Amino acid sequence: MSVANAAHSVVEPSAGTRRFAGLLVILYAIITMIPLVWIVLTSFKSPDDAISYPPKILFKPSLEGYCNLFTTRSRQTPEFIQTLGPPQGLCDSIARSRNMVVAGPSNYVPRFVNSLIIAFGSTVLAVALGTLSAYGFSRFRVPLKDDLLFFILSTRMMPPIAVAIPIYLMYRTVGLSDTRLGMILLYTSVNVSLAVWLLKGFIDEVPREYEEAAMIDGYTRFQAFVKVVLPQATTGIAATAIFCLIFAWNEYAFAVLLTSGNAQTAPPFIPIIIGEGGQDWPAVAAGTTFFLVPIVVFTVLLRKHLLRGITFGAVRK
Amino acid sequence: MNDLSAPSQITYRAVPVRPAVARRIRGLSDQALAWLFITPTIVLLLAINIFPLMWTIYLSFTNFRANRANAPTIWLGTDWYQSILTDPDIWAAMQVTAHFVIWTVLIETVLGFGLALLIDKKFRGHGMWTTIILLPMMLSPAVVGNFWTFLYQPQIGLFNYVVAFFTGRDASSFQMLGDVTLSPWAIVIVDAWMWTPYVMLICLAGLRSIPDYIYEAAEVDRASNWRQFWSITLPMALPFIMLAVLFRGIENFKMFDMVNLLTGGGPGSTTEVASITLKRAAFESWRTGYSSAFAIILFVTVFGLANIYVKALNRVKNR
Repeated sequence: MSVANAAHSVVEPSAGTRRFAGLLVILYAIITMIPLVWIVLTSFKSPDDAISYPPKILFKPSLEGYCNLFTTRSRQTPEFIQTLGPPQGLCDSIARSRNMVVAGPSNYVPRFVNSLIIAFGSTVLAVALGTLSAYGFSRFRVPLKDDLLFFILSTRMMPPIAVAIPIYLMYRTVGLSDTRLGMILLYTSVNVSLAVWLLKGFIDEVPREYEEAAMIDGYTRFQAFVKVVLPQATTGIAATAIFCLIFAWNEYAFAVLLTSGNAQTAPPFIPIIIGEGGQDWPAVAAGTTFFLVPIVVFTVLLRKHLLRGITFGAVRK
Repeated sequence: MNDLSAPSQITYRAVPVRPAVARRIRGLSDQALAWLFITPTIVLLLAINIFPLMWTIYLSFTNFRANRANAPTIWLGTDWYQSILTDPDIWAAMQVTAHFVIWTVLIETVLGFGLALLIDKKFRGHGMWTTIILLPMMLSPAVVGNFWTFLYQPQIGLFNYVVAFFTGRDASSFQMLGDVTLSPWAIVIVDAWMWTPYVMLICLAGLRSIPDYIYEAAEVDRASNWRQFWSITLPMALPFIMLAVLFRGIENFKMFDMVNLLTGGGPGSTTEVASITLKRAAFESWRTGYSSAFAIILFVTVFGLANIYVKALNRVKNR
C-alpha cells in the first residue's frame, strides 16, 4: 500500500488491502447477523426444538410459533378433543396435537394494529408540521431563528421518563391516557424536532429561484410552495417520513409507561407473550420477526439517507 | 449542489423586473405566512414538551404523589434535591450509569472507527455489507433487549453455547443476566452490537470528507502510512468521532428500554442505571415529587455535560 501503484491514484488502496478489509468487514457483518438470523430461525421452530441443548441449527420447520402468536390456546383433556369435529385449519391441528384447542385470537394483532395506526398517524402529522416549519425557517426571516431551532432540537435531549409523569397526569386530566390519539400527539411532538431539522436541510437545497420564477408567473407564495418546492423536496420528505415512522414504530419507554391495553403498541407487548410453562420463545420470535420486517425493508430503502436522519442532518454524506 | 444551480441563478437574476415584482408579491403577507407555518410546531412542542417539563420542575418542589392526586400538595422547597444529592443509592446508580456510558462509548468508538477505516477501502460489495451492518441500529431497543434475553439463557441460549464451545466451560455454569459481575457486561455487549454501526456511519462520513489531495501531498513527501494516519486521518476525522461520542453519550445516559428488558436493573442493583431508578421511583413507588427532582437533576446533568462537550467539539472544528 505504501508504494503507489502506477495504474492507480495514490489514495486508491491496493487490491490486497481491499480484499483484506473486505474480509474483516464481512466477518463482522456475519457476526452481527447471527442474533437476527437466530431469532428468525427460532420463529420457525417447535417449542421443543427452540429450547433444546445444544441449540439446533438443523430442525424440522414448524409454524407453531406463528400459530401461537396469533391465537390463544387452552389445554384440554384428550377425551374432550376426541369429541370435537375435524380441526379447522393448520393452527387448530397443531394445537390439538398438543392437547390444546384454539380459544380465540391473541392480543398480538390489536397491538400490531395500534403500532401501525400510531406510527403512521404521528408520522403524517410530524412531517406535515415539520415541512411547514422547515419551509418557514428556510425561506423567511424569522426573529430568533437560531434560538427557535435550538429549542426545537433540545426537546429531543430530554429523557422520556423525565416528562412521562406530567404527561401521564396531563393526559389523565384531559382523557387522553391510554388512547391512540394521545400517543399519536406525543410521538408527533417527539418526531417533529427531527422532521424540522432534516427537512430544513432538504428544502435549503431547493434553489429559491424556482419559487421566484413561479411567483413571477403569477403564483402566490403559498402556491409556489405547494407546486414548486414540495415536488422538488419529495425525496427528502419521504426519507424524513420513514425516519419518523421508524422512531414511532420502535419507541418503548413512553409506550410502556403510558399505555396499558387499549393503545398499547407491539414493543411492550412482545416481551410479555407467555406460553404455557414459561416464555413461549417461538411465539416471541415470531412476533419479533413480524415486527422487524418493515424495519428491514425501510433500512434498505433508506440507506442513502441514513446518516442525515440519525444525526439530525448535522452530518451530510 | 450549489455549483450546479449556479447557471439558473444567473438566468433569473437577469430578468430586470424581478426586484419590483418580488417586493410586490412578498410584502406583509410573507411575515404572516412565516408565522402561520412555524406556529403549529411551536405550539405542539410547548404543549407536549415544555409544559410537562415546567410541571416536572414545579412538582419537584412538592410532596405530590400521582397515585394520591387528591391529597393536599405541600411546598417542600429544595428538600428532594438535598436528599437526592446526599443519597448513596443515587450516587451508586449514577456510578453504574457512568460505567455503562464510558464502556459502551469506548468500545463502540474503537470498533466503529476501525470498521469505517475498513469500509472506506471500497472493496467489492462494500455497499451491501454496510447495509447489513447497519441493520441492528434500526431495530427497536426494547425488542433487541428481549431477543438477547433469549440468546443469554444459560441452558438454551445461543450466546452461552458459543462461549462454552470456544472456552470449554459448561454453558449452564454462567448466567450473563443473573450474575453480579457479568450482567453489566451483558448490557454493554448488546449495546455495542446495536450501536457500533451508528458510530461507524458517522466516522465513515468523516473519512469521506477528507480531500484526496492531502494524502497525495503526504505521499509526495514520502510520509509513512502510520504517519498519514496519525497526522491526517485521525485529526481530520476527529470532529466526526466526537459528534458520534456526543450522540451516543447522551443516548446512553438516558438509556432505559434495553436495560429494562434485559435485567430490569438487577441482579440487586448492579445494572440499575439512572433511568431505571427514576422509573422505579416514579411508577412503582409513586414518589412523584422525588422522582421529578431526580429527573431535573438528570436533565441538567446531561445538558451541562453536552454543552461542555460541544464547546470542546467546536474548538476541534475550528482548529
